[in-house]
Amino acid sequence: MQVDPRHRFDNFIVGSANRLAVAAARAVAESPGAVYNPLFIYSGSGLGKTHLMGAIGNHASGRGGGANLDIEYVSLDDFVEQLHAAIASGEGERFKQRYQRVDVLLIDDMQFLTGRRETQTELLRLLNAMQGSGRQIVMSSDRPPAEIADVDERLITRLSGGLIVDIGPPDFETRIAIMRAKCEERGVRFWPGVVEELGRLEFRNVRELQGALNRLIAFQTLGGEQIKPEDVLTVLGDLPEAKRAAEHGTRGVPAPNEFQSFVSDIATAVAQHVESWKARVAEAIAYWTGEGYRTGQLERLLDETAPPPNWESLLRGFGATVERLKALEQQATEVDAALGGNEVFRDPERLREAEILLDRALAGATPPPGPSAAFTRQGFEVSSSNQLAVRAADDIVAEPGKRYSPLFIHGPSGVGKTHLLNAIGNELVDGSGGATAVACISAQVFMDELIEALQDGTVERWRARYRSADALLIDDVQFVAGKERTQDELFHVFNALHAEGKQLVFCSDRPPRDLDGLEDRLRSRFEGGLVVEMQSPDRALREKLYARYLAATEHEPGPDLLAYLAERPMASVREIIGTVNRLVAAADVAGAPLTLAVARAELDPESSASARPATPAAVRAAADTFFLDDEKVVWEWTDASTRMLEELK
Amino acid sequence: MSLVNYATREITCKIVYYGPGRSGKTTNLHYIYGQVPEDRKGKMVSLATQTDRTLFFDFLPLDLGTISGFTTKFQLYTVPGQVYYQTTRKLVLQGADGVVFVADSQARQLQENIESLQDLHSNLAEQGIEARSVPLVLQYNKQDLPRDLVLTPAELNDALNFRGVPEFGADALHGPGVFETLRSISELVLKRLSAPVR
Repeated sequence: MQVDPRHRFDNFIVGSANRLAVAAARAVAESPGAVYNPLFIYSGSGLGKTHLMGAIGNHASGRGGGANLDIEYVSLDDFVEQLHAAIASGEGERFKQRYQRVDVLLIDDMQFLTGRRETQTELLRLLNAMQGSGRQIVMSSDRPPAEIADVDERLITRLSGGLIVDIGPPDFETRIAIMRAKCEERGVRFWPGVVEELGRLEFRNVRELQGALNRLIAFQTLGGEQIKPEDVLTVLGDLPEAKRAAEHGTRGVPAPNEFQSFVSDIATAVAQHVESWKARVAEAIAYWTGEGYRTGQLERLLDETAPPPNWESLLRGFGATVERLKALEQQATEVDAALGGNEVFRDPERLREAEILLDRALAGATPPPGPSAAFTRQGFEVSSSNQLAVRAADDIVAEPGKRYSPLFIHGPSGVGKTHLLNAIGNELVDGSGGATAVACISAQVFMDELIEALQDGTVERWRARYRSADALLIDDVQFVAGKERTQDELFHVFNALHAEGKQLVFCSDRPPRDLDGLEDRLRSRFEGGLVVEMQSPDRALREKLYARYLAATEHEPGPDLLAYLAERPMASVREIIGTVNRLVAAADVAGAPLTLAVARAELDPESSASARPATPAAVRAAADTFFLDDEKVVWEWTDASTRMLEELK
Repeated sequence: MSLVNYATREITCKIVYYGPGRSGKTTNLHYIYGQVPEDRKGKMVSLATQTDRTLFFDFLPLDLGTISGFTTKFQLYTVPGQVYYQTTRKLVLQGADGVVFVADSQARQLQENIESLQDLHSNLAEQGIEARSVPLVLQYNKQDLPRDLVLTPAELNDALNFRGVPEFGADALHGPGVFETLRSISELVLKRLSAPVR
């Protein structure tokens, strides 16, 4: 159906009773689909609903120099008829498609929706489709949507979702303005005061007012004489309004529908004062609360008196955070199903906690390797050759992360670096009652794990394991030299842990400055803590170690044996253990207890055979080989001259 | 109290009719009640003595239906006017979003009007509420009585309306002025939606 071209905004008289409705209609006509969608206009009959809808249609179609908007004006009755006809002829689909193409749909007389279930369903679908694609819907009715009886609740909420405005009966000034405009349109002139007298009658709607005006015009034109203000009541004598006015004088008793007009006034006030941004925020709150998320962040927004400039981005940000939480939760449940539904995944304000929880979950699923329980601090013997390293170790155990972080221990192989490193790890774990997660690992394993993680695409998880550790102890760190990727990962783990004040300990066979192929960023970090050296065991340590290892066997070493053994230089603890094993085996073969003699026979067979008085075994061994070489002993040299001659020959 | 609850999409508004005894507060509520369409009528609670004086308070819930998507409810209360129901008055006044002061226009009641108005202010102050921050409307009731018995709105204005709030002459028994008063106070209250809430 076409929109009546006479219905325009410029000939719609605006008064206090319809100001809001006109403002809304203009806004909709200017930008269909962008504001107030759907717009629902209601009022008693004859107050300008149809005119206003026509004006929206005409304005929208003329906007922008013929943007060719598809505008459809239809009364609900026609809509129902078309629907029925379409279904009857089997063209229901085409009907739907036709309406879905419409840019601005104007539906009049919505009150006839009562009880028409099929139409309601169709309309609901159509509204969803149109709103979804940003097309404008304008509806009118003689009552607000909630009062249209027997209508699907979902449809009611859709109708109420945009803007609902009402048009009240025109006030005195508006009535006068309407009548003046009508008179001008008709080219009629009245005696001064006649229009005002007519305006004083409280017509319930414009149509009746127009009827009364028509009557005056007819009377004046036919009667041939000008009507005087005092004649107005006489001319209109049998109209109810005129009767009432005549009975009560110009003041009149309150109109019978005082309550209704009060409600519509309040509706106007509410529409003006309810802040649309807050309504949007509230919608978001309702939605996310329904989804099971905490919305404290948004609820605080509602306490603001003025819209914060960034409220829209806050809303979007909230949505994004919830998405992130969902992703985190999913990852977490993959690792540990018990984490699903955890509180922190339901509160966008606790995103950080959620991330930490996920990290812990990932780390907890496969904790990084811990220190070996075999290496204890008690079992570690101290002497001047390693006391600096041990004191540093004791200090960091007392206050992990506070004193020396990183601690870098270097020294030749077999001096006890690994033992000390694991002992630190065990002490850290025990000192906290098992609460401290200590990662204790050799650089080789660290690298192997990284390669495996790269293969499986689980680098993130692998990284999280180490980053969640409370202390990181890496043995044989010299192996990372020249391994670019491992150094890179180690660098980041180092930084992450160091920034959080976690303890770091590294062991290597040489000091950082001698590690070729170590990146400078790592080298400087290693050197930034404490670098201590562990030397080969000195005499005192050797004695202690021999005593300990021999005590562990069934042989009781005598002091002379211990002194003898301690004198022998040893590069590492491992060598000492090897010597002990050799001695024990020799004693067992001989079936005798392990004594100095047995030891000497095993370790220095030659010197024990010549049974020379004791010079230190090592010196003696060296000296013996030297002195026993014939050529080196002067008095055993052959005659030089013969020898020379022989050689010359 | 929160007037607009965006979360539950409700607007609740408590309006208290205040004034000296026999000034017509309950009459106001009765008239409003009479105008509510049958299908929308809630129950008006009135605790009156046998001589039609309000003993405790009247309560009239007005359900205005859904407005702009908000379930809108007005709650109208009256307080007992007699001096000795001070405690009840304080109780009813708690959490009021707006106050209608119903004054008795009779000349010989002027002093009681003034005392009641002072009582209102001191009760508000006692609850730690700045009286100026509470929306207030004055109603000069009983304007239908013979001219020589009543003061004109202008005279009453001089005596009572020192804050310059909206004022209405009324005849609560027959209706004129009743809805004008209610409309005015409602609009004042709703206007405060966009102003900071205390």
